[in-house]
Formats: sequence, C-alpha cells, structure tokens
Amino acid sequence: MSAEPDTGLEAQIAQWRTYMLRRRGMHDADVDELEDHLRGRIADLAGTGLRDDEAFLIAVKRMGGLDELSREFAREHSDRLWKQLVLTSGPDAGDTSRRRELLAMVVCAAAGAIAVKVPSWAGLGIADDADFYARNAGLLALAPLAAYFAWRRRIGAKVIGLLALLFAVGAVAANAYPLADDAQSTVLTAIHLPLALWLVVGVAYAGGEWRSERRRMDFIRFSGEWFIYFVLIALGGGVLTAFTIGTFEAIGLDASTFIAEWLLPCGAAAAIVVAAWLVEAKQSVIENMAPVLTRVFTPLFAATLLAVLVAIVWTSNGIDVERDVLILFNLLLVVVLGLLLYSISARDPAAGPGVFDWLQLALVVSALLIDVMVLLAVTGRISEWGFSPNKSAALGENVVLFVNLAWSAWLFLGLSRGRMRFARMERWQTDYVVVYAAWAWAVVLVFPPLFGFA
Amino acid sequence: MRIAKDLVAASATPLVLGILAEEESYGYAILKEVSERSGGRLEWTEGLLYPLLHRLERLGYIASIWRTPEGGRKRKYYRITDEGRAELAEQRRQWAAVTEALQDVWKASRSFGPGSSPVWEG
Repeated sequence: MSAEPDTGLEAQIAQWRTYMLRRRGMHDADVDELEDHLRGRIADLAGTGLRDDEAFLIAVKRMGGLDELSREFAREHSDRLWKQLVLTSGPDAGDTSRRRELLAMVVCAAAGAIAVKVPSWAGLGIADDADFYARNAGLLALAPLAAYFAWRRRIGAKVIGLLALLFAVGAVAANAYPLADDAQSTVLTAIHLPLALWLVVGVAYAGGEWRSERRRMDFIRFSGEWFIYFVLIALGGGVLTAFTIGTFEAIGLDASTFIAEWLLPCGAAAAIVVAAWLVEAKQSVIENMAPVLTRVFTPLFAATLLAVLVAIVWTSNGIDVERDVLILFNLLLVVVLGLLLYSISARDPAAGPGVFDWLQLALVVSALLIDVMVLLAVTGRISEWGFSPNKSAALGENVVLFVNLAWSAWLFLGLSRGRMRFARMERWQTDYVVVYAAWAWAVVLVFPPLFGFA
Repeated sequence: MRIAKDLVAASATPLVLGILAEEESYGYAILKEVSERSGGRLEWTEGLLYPLLHRLERLGYIASIWRTPEGGRKRKYYRITDEGRAELAEQRRQWAAVTEALQDVWKASRSFGPGSSPVWEG
C-alpha cells in the first residue's frame, strides 16, 4: 500500500462500505473484516503493476456478488435475521403469497374468535361458567395459533399428529378431572395449561424442528416480540372499549354486555393470532423491541434489587412470608429471567465480555440472594402447615427458576472473566425450555390427582 | 481443473483448522494459503471463507482478536483453540479413512487413472 492515502481509492472503498452495510445481516465488524480483505487484495494486485482503481475493480469483482455474499453471511448469522430466515422459504415472497398469508391469518384469527364463542352456544356463558373458560381459554385461543403455524411452516402429517395429540391431552386434563369451581387446582390449570400449550405452539413455530437449539432460540425471540405486539394491541383494544362504552352511553344504550361477551373475549383470541402474524410480517417495524427494553430495564432492576438487599441487611428485617409473597417472588424471578433471556437472544455470540455482563450478573445474583431468603422462610412454613396445591406449585416454580438462574449466574461469571464461550449460555437456556414444558405439564396432569382434586 | 462444490465445502473446515494450527492468521492470508497449497486449484470465495470462520468461532474451534499494528489498520486475527485441535484430529481421522478407501478403489481400477484412456477405446 502506498504511504500517502490515495483519495480516489479511499473514496471508492468508503462507497463500497456503505453498500455493504446496507445489506441485512452485515454488521460493522464483518464489513471491517471484509474491507481488510479487500485492501489486502488491492495491495497484492497493485504490486503486480495495476493502478489502484483497476486493482479496486478486480478486487471487488473477485469478492463476488453482494447478494450472494450477504446471503452466505445471513445463513451463518441467522440470529440477525431470524425472522426472515425462519419465515420466507424462497428469496422473495411475491404479492400473491403475501395475500395468501394475510388470508390464512384472517381465517385463523376468526377461528380463534369463533372458538371462544362456541361453548356459549352449548349453554356455557362466560359470566356463569367462568371456571370452564378459565380452564379452557388457553386451549381455545392457542389451537388456532398452532394451526396458523402448521399452515405457515407446511408441517408434515407426523408433527401435526403430535400437535393434535398434545392439544387433546390438554383438553382432557382441563375437563376430565372432577375439579370443583373454586378448587386451587382449577386456578393452577388455568395458569399452567396455556404455558404448556404455548410451548406446544413452539413446536409448530419451529416447523417440527423443536430439537434444534437455534429454532428454540428463535421461538424465545418470537415469544418476546409477540408479547410486546399483544400488549400494544391490548392497549389499542382498551381505547376502543372505552370509546365504545362512552359513545353508546351518550346515546342511551348499554354496551357493557356486548363488550364483556363479545368484544373482549373474541378480540383477545383474535389478537393472539394477529400479534403472531405481525411479528412475522412486520419484521423491521419494531425489530428487536424486547432486547431494547432489556437494555433499559436491566440496570434499573439490578439497582432496585441491590437496594432491597441493602435494606434487608441494614434494617435486619426478615422477609414477611405472607400468602402471596411466593407468587410475588416467582414473578420477580420470571422478570429477571426474561431480562436475561432477551439480552441473550440479542447478543452477538462472538462479542467479548462487557460491562453489561457484569450488570446482568449483579442482577441475577441479587435476585438469587433474595430468593434464598424467601425459600428458607417458605420451607419453614410448609413444614409447619403441610403442602397444598398452590404452595407446592409456587415452590416448584421457584425451584425451577432458581436452578436456571443459579447455573446462569455461574456461566455468567465464567463469561465475564472471559473464560467461557457465550454459546454455552445460549445452549443452557434453550435446553432448559424442556424443563419448563415438563413442569407445566406436570402441574396440569399430575397435580389434580396428587392432591385429591383439591 | 475445478474442484466440485461439495468437495470444496467438505474440505474447508479441516483446511482452515489445519492452517490455523500452524500459526494464527487472518482472512485474506488464509485464502491465499489455501490457494497456494492447492496449487491454485482450490479458489475459495469470501462468501465461503468468512461465514465459515464465524461458524467455527461460534462452535469454539477458533477464537478471534482484533489487532492494530503500529501505523497500520486494524485486522481480525484467528487462532485455533484446544477444542479446535481436537476437532482437527477427528477430521484428520475421518479424512484418512476416506482417502484410504479411495486409494483402494483407485488401485483396483488402475486403468481409469488420470491420463490413461479407458481400455475399450484402444
């Protein structure tokens, strides 16, 4: 390379850089690396007597088409483009296929909305048979979503059979057990069956490749984005509801029955499919919102938890084990786990340890310390009063989350000190999804008979 | 002679690991090295090399570091890890088995060797 920078060549390289960076799936570091490659080749070519601009042309030509190059990059770094890669099988989906997808979404969303109303035609009103809806809401609402993904991924008959079987098992567990309306197990089933079925939807989402670590990570990413879209739709729905009630009231009509019986349940069921479609179709609109939120809230949560720890030590107040305290701390662990998961899902696996990793470690460790205190207090209480379905479920969840976070903290420690590869952390989290599934199904299937349908 | 795409792809990992087992290197140098070692018969594209390097890094077989020599531009260097060495040994065993089998077959059908014409033409 010549000592004084050749402005013509530099300008050409700069232009080439901007072209490269415009490609999806190309990151700054990749382009840096390729630029170094380009410069190496230009220097070699210039050494054989070519002028700089000639050398540049040949070097760029040798690098091959940008499309092909960026496609190869995208194939390796599927995490950067996870949505596009999972979704579109062909290079560019045409107008007709997009319209077909829209149609499929509308059909599935409508199926969800209708499914929620079907039981009421059989005489089960939402207001009168709330427990029936509590147990079956997940089934009715998630089956259309699973169907949507089954269509979208063109799933084979075998996997469809598996999905149908799992949903059938869920339906049996929700309805065959002789549970009283106000039994604790009814509430537990209402909470855990949707969770279990959500992971079944994950099987459909992965197109049957649920063993694949990367597909699982994709599903975790999808879940985060889906949740955000769902909340956004719910907010919009809230505004719509308020206006519906207000305007009908203004003309002297009471719309509350319509809202409670039709708008809310059907709207929510349809929104589940619509949110999934939005995540798939509108990839770049609010791309990777979950990781952004994670970045904002990780420091805040870490600070809060550390403050709680300091306060406990300072005042030497124990944690008062009220009825709901376990639930609260379970939720806290879920939030911490979410923060962890979504920073993992968006992390560049090749990036080295950074300040954020330490922050995350602080967050996880402080959550664990607080949780240990809660666990100790609760075990004392249980040994005094015995097990109930609620307590057992809450305790079990706590242990499941605790184990995950404890091992994550250990992995993070290795990561922050640069001793461990990030891929192991990813691996741990994707493997652990099986544990959630197993636990959720256990609560749904085993708990009711275990506790005498209490 | 152009080497078939499948063969290029299959041999890419052991070649990269083997080259990095000798000393750490960077993308362009690896590409040149491959070209030299194969007498110009293996011409890798950047679209093959860099995604492969990134994949091997993700798998933990190689590690990368950005270095900026004095007065130079920054450059990404790769070195092999212990896991990479183990993988290289494994690949070597597999390739040895393949070439051994091939040698055996070549010997059996010597008349089809490179350069000689099939018997029935004569």
